[in-house]
Amino acid sequence: MSYLAIFLTYVFINNFILVQFLGLCPFIGVSKNSESAIGMGLALTFVTGVTSVVCWIVYHGVLVPLGLEYLETITFILIIAALVQLVEMVIKKISPSLYKALGIFLPLITTNCIVLGIALINITESYNLLESFVSGVSAGLGFTLAIILMSNIREKLDLTPVRKVFKGVPIAFISAGLMALAFMAFDKALLSNLHLA
Amino acid sequence: MNTKELTKGFFKENPTFIIMLGMCPTLGVTTQVVNALGMGAGVLFVLFFSNVLIAALKNVIPNSVRIPCYIVIIASFVTIVEMVLHAFVPSIYDALGVYLPLIVVNCIILGRAEAFANKNTVGDSALDAIGMGLGFTMSLSLIALIREVFGKGTITLFAIGNWNGVITIPGLYEWPVRVVSLAAGALLLMGYLKAFFQWFSENRKAKGAAK
Repeated sequence: MSYLAIFLTYVFINNFILVQFLGLCPFIGVSKNSESAIGMGLALTFVTGVTSVVCWIVYHGVLVPLGLEYLETITFILIIAALVQLVEMVIKKISPSLYKALGIFLPLITTNCIVLGIALINITESYNLLESFVSGVSAGLGFTLAIILMSNIREKLDLTPVRKVFKGVPIAFISAGLMALAFMAFDKALLSNLHLA
Repeated sequence: MNTKELTKGFFKENPTFIIMLGMCPTLGVTTQVVNALGMGAGVLFVLFFSNVLIAALKNVIPNSVRIPCYIVIIASFVTIVEMVLHAFVPSIYDALGVYLPLIVVNCIILGRAEAFANKNTVGDSALDAIGMGLGFTMSLSLIALIREVFGKGTITLFAIGNWNGVITIPGLYEWPVRVVSLAAGALLLMGYLKAFFQWFSENRKAKGAAK
């Protein structure tokens, strides 16, 4: 697959939130206002990009030569936990203002399904190193797109009269469902129409 | 030991509908009843053993590195589940796909470890894990049942002998409401179910106050 095709696949066709349901917890939890939604999205994109590359290198450089492929889940989650911690420390040192913006979201990212999910998908789809990087960044961007759209909808929802039983999470899920309906317009045909598949 | 620890997961603190943890597998695997049951059994197994082990080790694990320790314990049990399912029920292993290793980051398991197992005895933690695991399995099965019956007009259970394990529902099988089994339908259904539970528990609270 070309890099553009991978990009389109993970941002639109297989959007992690709206099609694959990975990372729903922060999607519902952090989408109350658009500022924190952007922060969460960018922090996640950064982390998925880095972890995709590192997990790919460790899998093909260490686990495969030693015949330890079955340890991938444990290895990846440890890499992710360690990397998130490292990223947090590096950002804190280099750019305190960026840390202020992203800091509170970084610990949340360790248990975000998207990060582990994309690392595992990179292996099952047998992407090469650069393709893994592109898919990692695209997965993060897909999340960012969905959470920004969602936060704008929720800001408007705060001003509309919603029935009491639907207030909060239920109406958020229903709006996400309607958004997912719209995203169904993007399917594999998009790639063949663009002569990418 | 008391039974309250066991039954609170069924309804009062139901992990899916009340505390809203572990949403990703809830919507991802509930296209067929059999997948929901497989996922529920996997989570129940991991939750039970990790809760018991963490409760047993709670005085040994240093407080500052407890989260990484929990994650390693959980990941080990998830790997066991993965290998067992791969070896004995490959059809469910394939159907669950990436959601199976993702049990590691299922918030329910880490959540119970942090909120319950590291403060309570081994026995209570075991009961808590069974209750939460069963509550999770029941909610998953409920969502899967609704999605499969309306979206495909079938109910898929385990294949036994000559029977392939599929019940078809006449009428809905020929003209299914296909959107329910798609991604968008899952999110919409979850919204309505959550609203129902919100309405139900509020009603109960109001009744309790009236008494």
